[in-house]
Amino acid sequence: MSRDELNIKDNTSLFKEARYLQQRENKKQFEAPCSEQETAEALAYSKSAEYMEKNFSRQNVVINPHKACQPLGSVMAALGFEKTLPFVHGSQGCNAYFRSHLSRHFKEPTPSVSTSMTEDAAVFGGMNNLIDGLENSIALYKPEMVAICTTCMAEVIGDDLNAFIGNARVKGVISEEYPVAYCNTPSFVGSHITGYDAMLKGILSYLYTRSGIESKPGSGAESGEKLNVMLGFEPYTGNFAEMRKILAAFDTKYTILGDHSGNYDSPATGEYEYYYGGTKLEEVPQAANALGTLSLQKYTLKKTQEYISGTWNQQIAALSTPLGITGTDKLLEAISELTGLPVPAMLTEERGRVVDALMDSHPYLHGKRVALVGDPDLLIGLIGFCLETGMEPVHIICSNGDVDYNEVKFKEEAEALLAASPYGSEATVHVGRDLWHMRSLLLNDKVDLAIGSSHLKFAAKDAEVPLVRVGFPIFDRHHMHRYPIIGYQGTLNLLSLIVNTILQQLDDHNSGFNFELVR
Amino acid sequence: MGLNIEENQKLVADILEAYPKKARKDREKHFQVANDQAIDCGTCAVKSNIKSRPGVMTPRGCAYAGSKGVVWGPIKDMVHISHGPVGCGQYSWGSRRNFANGTLGIDNFTAMQITSDFQETDIVFGGDKKLAVIMREITEMFPLAKGISVQSECPVGLIGDDIEAVSKKMSKELDMPVVPVRCEGFRGVSQSLGHHIANDAIRDFVMGRAELAETGPYDVNIIGDYNIGGDAWASRILLEEMGLRVIAQWSGDGSLNELEIAHKAKLNLIHCHRSMNYMVDHMEKAYGIPYLEYNFFGPTKTYESLRAIAALFDETIQENCEKMIAKYKPVMDAVISKYRPRLENKTVMLMIGGLRSRHTIGAYEDLGMDIVASGYEFAHKDDYEKMLPMLEEGTIVMDDPTAYELEELTKKMNIDLVGSGVKEKYVYHKMGVPFRQMHSWDYSGPYHGFDGFKVFAKDMDMTVNSPVWKLVGRKGSTQPEEAGV
Repeated sequence: MSRDELNIKDNTSLFKEARYLQQRENKKQFEAPCSEQETAEALAYSKSAEYMEKNFSRQNVVINPHKACQPLGSVMAALGFEKTLPFVHGSQGCNAYFRSHLSRHFKEPTPSVSTSMTEDAAVFGGMNNLIDGLENSIALYKPEMVAICTTCMAEVIGDDLNAFIGNARVKGVISEEYPVAYCNTPSFVGSHITGYDAMLKGILSYLYTRSGIESKPGSGAESGEKLNVMLGFEPYTGNFAEMRKILAAFDTKYTILGDHSGNYDSPATGEYEYYYGGTKLEEVPQAANALGTLSLQKYTLKKTQEYISGTWNQQIAALSTPLGITGTDKLLEAISELTGLPVPAMLTEERGRVVDALMDSHPYLHGKRVALVGDPDLLIGLIGFCLETGMEPVHIICSNGDVDYNEVKFKEEAEALLAASPYGSEATVHVGRDLWHMRSLLLNDKVDLAIGSSHLKFAAKDAEVPLVRVGFPIFDRHHMHRYPIIGYQGTLNLLSLIVNTILQQLDDHNSGFNFELVR
Repeated sequence: MGLNIEENQKLVADILEAYPKKARKDREKHFQVANDQAIDCGTCAVKSNIKSRPGVMTPRGCAYAGSKGVVWGPIKDMVHISHGPVGCGQYSWGSRRNFANGTLGIDNFTAMQITSDFQETDIVFGGDKKLAVIMREITEMFPLAKGISVQSECPVGLIGDDIEAVSKKMSKELDMPVVPVRCEGFRGVSQSLGHHIANDAIRDFVMGRAELAETGPYDVNIIGDYNIGGDAWASRILLEEMGLRVIAQWSGDGSLNELEIAHKAKLNLIHCHRSMNYMVDHMEKAYGIPYLEYNFFGPTKTYESLRAIAALFDETIQENCEKMIAKYKPVMDAVISKYRPRLENKTVMLMIGGLRSRHTIGAYEDLGMDIVASGYEFAHKDDYEKMLPMLEEGTIVMDDPTAYELEELTKKMNIDLVGSGVKEKYVYHKMGVPFRQMHSWDYSGPYHGFDGFKVFAKDMDMTVNSPVWKLVGRKGSTQPEEAGV
């Protein structure tokens, strides 16, 4: 039998065959479906202004929100530290979900354990689970630190992690010296970014306190030019590499506080190692002596920033995700200010090349109406990038706003940013709304382009708007996270993604005569 | 290391040495090396469906995952509320590939995340009032929804919300089925209790609620097929070609009405016995409907199953069955003759949820591949008893194996192919071991039926024989042993 006769069709084409279409029709007699007319009417209604009004007046049901829960962020934060095992205290299903979700985005393993609490723990508390869990996980996975976060179950029953860890030491399951950091991460407060912040602060404050070091800001490195850098809940491993490149160009010493890029971009060597890279534990107390701290996600890292500026008494440059030329300029200025070092010529040259690229592409971007979805800091960066290229942000949805930094809320900052540009005049910032709201917006007030995570693909498809995948999670495209979107290089990547999506649209929707060779 | 009973017993013992005493004692009970006695009578010593050890990186999920993620979620024309905080619904949103015909958000609500998004105030004051409002809003947003289910997350049970009372009241008010499902994640030891709870809710709230206009002698149900990558469709097409009439498909591409009329069938055909055995048992007792567990993975098992099904009907069906097998066999033989030489004697380790660890064995054997270790995430004793007779002597049987155990077994048994889930997948990529996600078919499929086996064979060949594995350097050498293709 020839290859053609074998004719192997999978789900992409098999179910379009007549026999399966027939099956689909036949099955309807048992489904008691709505009539075709009813369905068509409901579809049309769902796209109407009347529906949009109802959609925006709902108070309680949440449909396709763009946020996850706290402990997911904690797991990511824990993986930013050397040989640290994330340890989730609660029902084991949560841990399974965090591992799957993060692995689907990064296409990498996510080592993390659970205390596997069940009904008896719900009644009597999870102390025994936690103590047994520490003993087992340390024996099997040999971490040099365990980082515990809670789930909503443990929070509702009020488990006391500090006391439980203390009891584990008293029982001799772990030594007095063995590092166990922890944080409380109730899933019914905030979102994944809140959980990232809680764990980062938990680890920094724990390692600092137990070291006995008393911080003397600026005294740590011999040269006195050491900097702390925090990227936050960072779905792009490529962004870590880009930051390292920029810091190397400055020739400054630095410590990245929370670097999960090793764990989420490790080599296939024939052996799985469990722990790759990460901030060295002994560097954390020393980080308290640095010149200052640069934060690239000021809304995400609110509590960590407060801790560093308070307890470590350090100056903080708190930015949002540094996207675009202006965003990157601000990043470089901040590094300059914190370190006293000039912006390296290499980066200025790179800036020039990317500006050149923006000029080349601007005719295809200018006036393009854009919808944006993401976490607060990413959105600030994206809005800035759109405005400086002449793209016009129209609909902006942030399910996990309205976090504040220095009493400025995300929404206020986003609106001020938009108000300062003629290209921002049509934008509305929706905080606490979801992607079903976005669907109505896209259908009732059309845009040319949507930028957001894979979850936005459903609304984008209904509205026939091309989607540029940026943010978290990106499940349905490969390797996006390996390419930086921050810094000048990241700006170039983002520009390429966007302009080439627009050019593809031009080809897809050509009128015959304008299927052009040169663009 | 091959299939030697003593060697493999020692291998397992060596691996378990790493555990602290208490955990080791527990984990020992979850392993068995198949010997002739166990194989002949299916005697199973493996302890199953008991708690996972804390801290061991179990592959298991929770009751919510079993109910919303597996059983209820795929019912396409109902809205399933993930009731509680945002996470559970978010993580189970569209990740199990339950294909369904219909328009998403209009008359099909499968790949959506509809949640009450509990905030602190809901924990303090309870979420019952909010739940009622949510249900009203759902009927506003989704006027064609046929019903609603409430999938409880952990806090709902802990704070003592009365979702049953709210559901009862709202069912009347909205004039549609509103089903409370007590599938809080902390209940039970895995997804398995969630399946049971979900089945009980189907029994109590929807079963037998509608009539079928005309019944016939060939009416059957497909029970326990979730239509991953279109599996249920690839199965249904064979049953229908044989002359049977499938009146309900549970729950992949399933609808409320199919749940409600299923009691009118003459026979229940159950694929995932683990997740829906409760249902067929109940229907046998309550409605006198017999059931048959079938297996549509790989041609050998598919022929066997088709004949076993036909044997329960008259000669017309039996003749159709033979005609059908005669029609497809040359195609299946051609698939085998193409792929078997490429896969012969390759060793396979499986660790899948509740049924596929045994149901796929025949399909691998059709391709000449050898199962050397097989285990389940959340199976019960009967699953092991059914699996043992399918195995060769010396095969390692394992229950709820931890990440550590799987990795050690892979290293020491020279495994050529691992079939498991996404949590395991990328570990094996680091190790340079060919891997297929056997929970979700790695976004391929279908794998069921004759159309499915073609895809299965092609995928296994692609996986085992991809040149990429040869690019991986081995430990201790800076260069790959065999660079290039």
